[in-house]
Amino acid sequence: MANLKEVRIRIKSVSSTQQITKAMKLVSATKLRKAQGAIVQMRPYANKLKSIMQNLSDSIDSPELAVYFNERDVKNVLMIVVTSDRGLCGAFNANVCKLGKLTIQEQYSSCYENGNITVLPIGKKGFEFFNKDKNLKLDTSYRELFQNLTSENVFEAGDKIMEMYREGKYDKVVIVYNQFKNAATQILTNEQLLPVTKPTETGVVTTKNEYIFEPSKTDLLSDLIPRSLKTQLYKACIDSFASEHGARMVAMEKATENAGELLKTLRLQYNQARQAAITTELSEIVGGAAAMGN
Amino acid sequence: MQLDILTPDKVLYSGEVTGVKLPGAKGSFEILNNHAPIVSKLNAGSIRVRSKEGDQSFEIKGGVVELINNKITVLA
Repeated sequence: MANLKEVRIRIKSVSSTQQITKAMKLVSATKLRKAQGAIVQMRPYANKLKSIMQNLSDSIDSPELAVYFNERDVKNVLMIVVTSDRGLCGAFNANVCKLGKLTIQEQYSSCYENGNITVLPIGKKGFEFFNKDKNLKLDTSYRELFQNLTSENVFEAGDKIMEMYREGKYDKVVIVYNQFKNAATQILTNEQLLPVTKPTETGVVTTKNEYIFEPSKTDLLSDLIPRSLKTQLYKACIDSFASEHGARMVAMEKATENAGELLKTLRLQYNQARQAAITTELSEIVGGAAAMGN
Repeated sequence: MQLDILTPDKVLYSGEVTGVKLPGAKGSFEILNNHAPIVSKLNAGSIRVRSKEGDQSFEIKGGVVELINNKITVLA
């Protein structure tokens, strides 16, 4: 039977851990609400952007825009991996990193062998994971994006990435991140950012073409396509941010629960040990008294 | 006219207006009631919003404006 003092110390340590996990859960819940707000806030923007682009979709084939659509021979790949800065959120980061690695192995193995894959981690955890692989190049310029997550910062990152793509530094840009479904569920997502996959015509071209386009459709599109890509990147970031807090909330909830269970068994152990000690003490006293009486 | 100024972070402005002056790519222009439908690129500059409550001004770094049926949407 465990000794009394040991059990008492363990109970103390477990219950203080439980307090921490409980607090972390509450903090995550608040941050999650905020992050969800950001997703809701950007939705009208994204929707409007999409609808304007649909109105312009008939000019999408013009040569000025080909740079965004043309498939090139894939020699250099840029992979954006969106993780979190902090741990303690279950398998959140591990899942993204694993998917990233799997994608590299399955789709770009030849690039990988030639050392032509660059990983651009957003969030510290992804950096730590991919930094171990010496066959990958790392672009760490946006590693700390989450310390100040604003659309401005993300758009700046997006501009840089598109510039590198236009210059031919990369032939393909993919992004791996956790899409936010609800607090408890994240959807691992692997999207191709560049070249842009052309919007599949759904048959319903709603344009009555009564619009005046200024300066011209092509000019507008050359502004809108990068804009929508940046929006996509920003969405990935805030989705991942919300997912992170959702995942952490669930993980901490579980941890608090487990600590509760552990405390229960520990308390039982403690009481048993205490009773055993009392029993021993009593029988010792009785034994002692009996010895005196003789 | 209904005006919405949207940014990825938040809805900057939403309400009834009597006129909007915008920094268009081909020069500044103003949208008044019953303007023809237009989609235009915007340069960096300020948007002047005129409503019954008074004038307001927003700085943008470029964007797009769409107007149809007296409903204006600015993406900044």
